[in-house]
Amino acid sequence: MLRFRSVTRAVAVMSELDTFPKLLRDRAQKFATRPAIREKEYGIWQSWTWAQYNSAVRDFANGLAARGLGRGDKLMIIGGNRPRLYWAVGAAQALGAIPIPTYADSVAEEMQYVIEHAEASVIVAENQEQVDKVLEVIDRCPTVKLIIYVDPRGLRDYDPAQIVSFENMQEQGRDWAKNNPGHLDAAIDAGQSSDTSVMLYTSGTTGRPKGVVLSHGNVMSNAMAMAEFEGLNEKDSVVAYLPMAWIVDHFISYAQQHITGYCVCCPESPETFEHDKLEIGPTYHFTSPRVLEDSRTQLMIRMEDAGAIKRKMFSYFMNVAERSGVAIMEGESVPLGDRISYALGKLFVYGPLKNMLGASRTRLTYTAGEAIGPDMFNFYRGLGIHLKQVYGQTEASPFVTVQPNDQIRSDTVGIPVEHVEVKLGDGGEVMYRGPGVFQEYYKNPEATASAKTPDGWVFTGDTGIFDRDGHLKIIDRTKDVGQMADGSMFAPKYVENKLKFFPEIMEAVTFGDSRDYATAFINIDLGAVGDWAERRGLSYTSYQELAGHPDVYDLVRRCVEQVNHDLAADDQLSSSQVRRFLVLHKELDADDGELTRTRKVRRSIIAERYQPLIDALYSNAERCQIETEVTFEDGRKGTIGGDIRIDTVDTYEPVAKAS
Amino acid sequence: MKERKFGEPLLTVENISLSFGGVKALQDISFDILKHEVRAIIGPNGAGKSSMLNVINGFYHPQEGSITYKGQKRSAMKPHEAARQGIARTFQNIALFRGMSTLDNIMTGRVNKMKSGLLAQALYVGPALKEEMRNREFVEHVIDFLEIQAIRKTPVGRLPYGLQKRVELGRALAAEPELLLLDEPMAGMNVEEKEDMCRFVLDVNDEFGTTIALIEHDMGVVMDISDRVVVLDYGKKLADGKPEAVRQDPVVVKAYLGEAH
Repeated sequence: MLRFRSVTRAVAVMSELDTFPKLLRDRAQKFATRPAIREKEYGIWQSWTWAQYNSAVRDFANGLAARGLGRGDKLMIIGGNRPRLYWAVGAAQALGAIPIPTYADSVAEEMQYVIEHAEASVIVAENQEQVDKVLEVIDRCPTVKLIIYVDPRGLRDYDPAQIVSFENMQEQGRDWAKNNPGHLDAAIDAGQSSDTSVMLYTSGTTGRPKGVVLSHGNVMSNAMAMAEFEGLNEKDSVVAYLPMAWIVDHFISYAQQHITGYCVCCPESPETFEHDKLEIGPTYHFTSPRVLEDSRTQLMIRMEDAGAIKRKMFSYFMNVAERSGVAIMEGESVPLGDRISYALGKLFVYGPLKNMLGASRTRLTYTAGEAIGPDMFNFYRGLGIHLKQVYGQTEASPFVTVQPNDQIRSDTVGIPVEHVEVKLGDGGEVMYRGPGVFQEYYKNPEATASAKTPDGWVFTGDTGIFDRDGHLKIIDRTKDVGQMADGSMFAPKYVENKLKFFPEIMEAVTFGDSRDYATAFINIDLGAVGDWAERRGLSYTSYQELAGHPDVYDLVRRCVEQVNHDLAADDQLSSSQVRRFLVLHKELDADDGELTRTRKVRRSIIAERYQPLIDALYSNAERCQIETEVTFEDGRKGTIGGDIRIDTVDTYEPVAKAS
Repeated sequence: MKERKFGEPLLTVENISLSFGGVKALQDISFDILKHEVRAIIGPNGAGKSSMLNVINGFYHPQEGSITYKGQKRSAMKPHEAARQGIARTFQNIALFRGMSTLDNIMTGRVNKMKSGLLAQALYVGPALKEEMRNREFVEHVIDFLEIQAIRKTPVGRLPYGLQKRVELGRALAAEPELLLLDEPMAGMNVEEKEDMCRFVLDVNDEFGTTIALIEHDMGVVMDISDRVVVLDYGKKLADGKPEAVRQDPVVVKAYLGEAH
């Protein structure tokens, strides 16, 4: 009854410290001199201890209280990963107000929607760029009373009555607290586990974003269960680099930080993240298949430019790692020769490589969000990087399943997290229930009712299956799993993932539902293909020209044929083989609404925008003209036109089922 | 936005004439630059814009005329003396140490702030150590300001042109100038790089109160960011005033943009 014991312990802790502000007060005592957060600024890592973190949060909270922020009010946060923005989360929670972190790259209209929908009264913005976006829409947002900025640069001439610096707020807070000494602690004491702790707007693949309301109890139960499962403690460290609006960042850089007392490190800027991560060497890290893919592509490209000896060593030891690295990590029996080779490889190749990837000290790396190819999974695991998969969503705050250390696979997402129940509903849709289940979608009871059953089961919208060991496997979004005209299954994501596994392919969108055959849009990876072109002496002036180059088409065709070859071996998906494809003339972009902010493909929008191309794929046409509207980074719009070639690929006969 | 306020003239040039042999580069030029102002000098190729900047920072010595800087009439002065008095500049053709990192290049901008001797600096002891740390801190603020943290340790020779321009601006800023001379800061840049550079120029002006004199070809840029414009043509002053006024001045239109096409 191991399970029972840890439940009681968790409950015991939770009963006293059942909200994050209460937890912070405790941490300021317990870990007073340990680092809580770091930020690289002016080229140096600046640290704040838990005691300093606490007083910074308290000063800011008092400042907010002085300006009238109270229980139930909404405070919107917009910007990158900055200590002061995390403090703003804590300060809002201390007063019983609700923090709403939002995506730093959202455009003004998206911000306006959140401000209006949530009726935010205070906005904490990172810098001038964000303040300007708020000011652009402020006339339409009468609820906003105060804008607070972190970085004062360029903001000196703004109206000081409404736009105040973070430091100024803290100063006001200290003054105000002199006359209202008990206010803050009373507010913290009044907080309850069932109070809303945070509201996160999901980027959503369709429609307007929904505000997911999570309570202290929701987030805390999941954060605690996962921390205990992985044995995280105050000696761990993480690098905060995911968008603050994403539940995973809130979970790792805030919730688990408060629970375990570990240190969160904020990079100097997004561009320096790689380098800063290398300096910190986080022990716990969350990444995505996309990032893993990028860094592997980068690595391979750089290895091609290395000297002959290094290249030889690399390929020899990578073969060893591929053969026995994972087995050694999992403690299986491996021939002595390979063990010795692996030990040498660790010294000469894997160690330095891990160091370059900033993973020297990493003992836990999660990947989630998308399926990960077995080759890539084993590539990293072979190097000795402890990579494992988790599955979750904002509504579960956030994790539903996780892989135990001794059962790690590339094609499953693990077993249910403690206290979480998982079952498969109609059509194999994954459903879960547990203490992390969200309260509601803010001001949207219909959506809440359709996502959550009265007895607490939540529909994930993902189709999955359980394998023999009770591991969950995710196949695709339920609504995306389709049928070909002949009735066989069409799982677009599955095919796209296989395509995207080639470094040359950045993004793929496949079509095939209710059709006779499958087709694909391909986005080339400018880095990888550009480098390839350079080595072959291919000249090009633009992305569009490179994308349309006949040699690039040949390159892509070989990738597609390889995927078809693999698909032919799978009797369920052999009819999903791609028969015709084209290479898009522009990169799919979140600014054009083609991807979500978390870079997931928005299939329906793409299908709508590129309808002529799809029609051409299902005709005999060899070329197709298209005009597409694009949005530049500064919000202006323009059009890109192109004459796109359509290519036909070989498909393979299904491999007969063995036996 | 608040109304922009300017102070006393920081620099006044009166009746400047400069010639090289028979070539009259500048003829009888007079104008002033007010404190906290962004002042543009424009004109077609060969109009004498760069010569004018070179006169201001002491590289060329005009045969006639006078320069009054911070209320003092200036005699012939060497560029390093001008630098010591708070005049820094960037160049039309980037003049950085290509093999050195961004950080080291910007550190060279602090050379006038370093007082310790060569030996102490070489041994990196005592006051030299403190001085180095103080200067490094300032340089780090410049790096932060220009958002070039990611290229701090990159040799500038490897950087794209637009970033090199930004590093050069950084080096000029490291000298904590009162008057910053920018010789075609946006030349050869793409639209995005230009927009960035405009923002930095305005931010420098705003944040540090630095007075800026810039030469620029891109009329859009000039009209957007400058407070007043001097127009030169064949070494003569054609016009002087607010951008809107200058733009409509028929003499300027004719000289600068050519006859109506």
